Amino acid sequence: MDNREVLVDVKNLRTFFYTEDGVVPAVDGLDLTIHRGEIVGLVGESGCGKSVTALSIMRLIPNPPGKIISGEIIFHGENLLKKSEEEMRLIRGDKISMIFQEPMTSLNPVFTVGDQISEAITLHQKTDEAEARKRTVEMLHLVGIPEPERRYRQYPHELSGGMRQRVMIAMALSSNPDLLISDEATTALDVTIQAQILDLMRGLQKKLGMAILIITHNLAVVAEMAETIAIAYAGKIVENASAREIFKSPRHPYTYGLLQSIPKFAERRTNEPLPAIEGMVPSPYHMPNGCRFNPRCPFATEKCRAEEPELVELTPGHLVRCFHPIEP
Amino acid sequence: MAEQAVAAEKKKRSSDDYSYVGMVFHRLTRHKLAMAGAVMLILMMLFVFVGPLVWRADPNEQIPGLEGMFNPPSQAHPLGTDDYGRDVLARMFFGGRISLFIGFISAVSATLIGAFIGLLAGYYGGWADNLLMRFTDAMLSIPTFPLLIALASVMGKGMWQIIMVIVVFGWMSDARLVRGLALSLKEQEYVEAARAIGASANRIMWRHLFPNTLAVLIVSTTIGIGSSIIYEASISFLGFGIQAPLASWGNMLQNAQQFIWNAPRLIVYPGLAIFITVLGFNFFGDGLRDAIDPKLKL
Repeated sequence: MDNREVLVDVKNLRTFFYTEDGVVPAVDGLDLTIHRGEIVGLVGESGCGKSVTALSIMRLIPNPPGKIISGEIIFHGENLLKKSEEEMRLIRGDKISMIFQEPMTSLNPVFTVGDQISEAITLHQKTDEAEARKRTVEMLHLVGIPEPERRYRQYPHELSGGMRQRVMIAMALSSNPDLLISDEATTALDVTIQAQILDLMRGLQKKLGMAILIITHNLAVVAEMAETIAIAYAGKIVENASAREIFKSPRHPYTYGLLQSIPKFAERRTNEPLPAIEGMVPSPYHMPNGCRFNPRCPFATEKCRAEEPELVELTPGHLVRCFHPIEP
Repeated sequence: MAEQAVAAEKKKRSSDDYSYVGMVFHRLTRHKLAMAGAVMLILMMLFVFVGPLVWRADPNEQIPGLEGMFNPPSQAHPLGTDDYGRDVLARMFFGGRISLFIGFISAVSATLIGAFIGLLAGYYGGWADNLLMRFTDAMLSIPTFPLLIALASVMGKGMWQIIMVIVVFGWMSDARLVRGLALSLKEQEYVEAARAIGASANRIMWRHLFPNTLAVLIVSTTIGIGSSIIYEASISFLGFGIQAPLASWGNMLQNAQQFIWNAPRLIVYPGLAIFITVLGFNFFGDGLRDAIDPKLKL
């Protein structure tokens, strides 16, 4: 369905954390494909392994306690998991960049924002100071920061949260990455600023053409932005399809439950309570047998409790991990 | 009128040349204790460095005979003379230079060594942390003074030997301080962000973590200068420090103790000088800590 070149191909990724209480399979057999220039949304509840996936792609899993135990992350035809730390260092911030959830703490408080963007530039490009400075001011301008010359000399604490996230984006994009990972980048911002930042990211994507992996728990964020959406549950992808498909005809019961639990003002006239997915996310120390969603699934059968379903392509481009997918 | 003044002040402070150093300086000037400390230190500096230009007396020139000894303050000798008939004011000048020099150099070196060890231990953690911190603990458990005396008798008694001894036994608290800071700082998101732009471990330690410990380190060095001066005084007081005829505040104290009943002022002068200097460094260090922290409102 998608003829574009594959940029990142995550295959059967397993990232475990070895804690004192036991092994946490944060990511356990996750598959994800990102094409060149595509915006992909990775959605799931807290603890489903979405951030760990991002950190695994960056090879920034803190070790110990974390470890990528198997799988492949193919980027530009090369397996990132086979790269040395030094090779990874050259890729980070150059070919793959990342922005984080907390714009308040993601900038070093003792340097001006200009210095920090310049650092990102000089780490990967052979430029002199004046050149890096010029490029920094351009980047600040590009991400819509007014008076970039003046902002260059300001410290993070002098900027608002939205401005700081713009600075983070400028830093991440300063060396024209092929992939930008946004890990809950708008979650800490209030809704109007969130919309501005999302707009900015979409605009920059059109202008610069990089692929974006948006990690969020907020379906509304990816609804507007993403072309493809992957739904993660307990360390695995349970459904992966175009954004349109996901919202129009979700096939996995979990996705269906998520969509049902979004308040819809236009349709609701009665005072009936908002539908919610029953139960809790399983404890990472005691994953259920069979399908990981079976204890919460209204359609679960004996088979679901005994066997684990595979991720299968039901219709072209629509992958679902379920024995009893909802009929569209 | 008042509104205009407020507006002018505002304009002045939000101007474009509003730098970090400028901010720290501005906040420092509003810190009363720091200013009191600064005044003390400036007075002592003037005393030690400008004094000899005004009062040109040789600190080692002796007036032979009984009439030269223990002279009370007079026009010829503003602070009187000591047991060899030497001019006490001149000895205070030059002794102060030595004491301040030793204090400064040893405190800065001890802080740098401590910061280096602490950063390595805190950033890498694991066995590196264990090894370095147990070494620090071991250093802390050595009784300093007996070893000091042994060291001094082996290495000889000179200024650089004293500096070395103070540094060897002075870096541990900074190492612990910086290790603790590094442990919490390395969990900050900006460290992860720095990794995400491809910064190396060395770069993160020295460019991202070290400057964030500077606020604490400057304070610790400032107070460390004070305690190094006391250290020097103690070593000299025990007779293992700066040797006569070279003066330091410490050996002036030591020399004066035998004459405490005849000439108590000989103890008061160096004692007071040490007191004012150390207090000044402590006050100033405290103020600096408050001023350097951009999150604290002054």
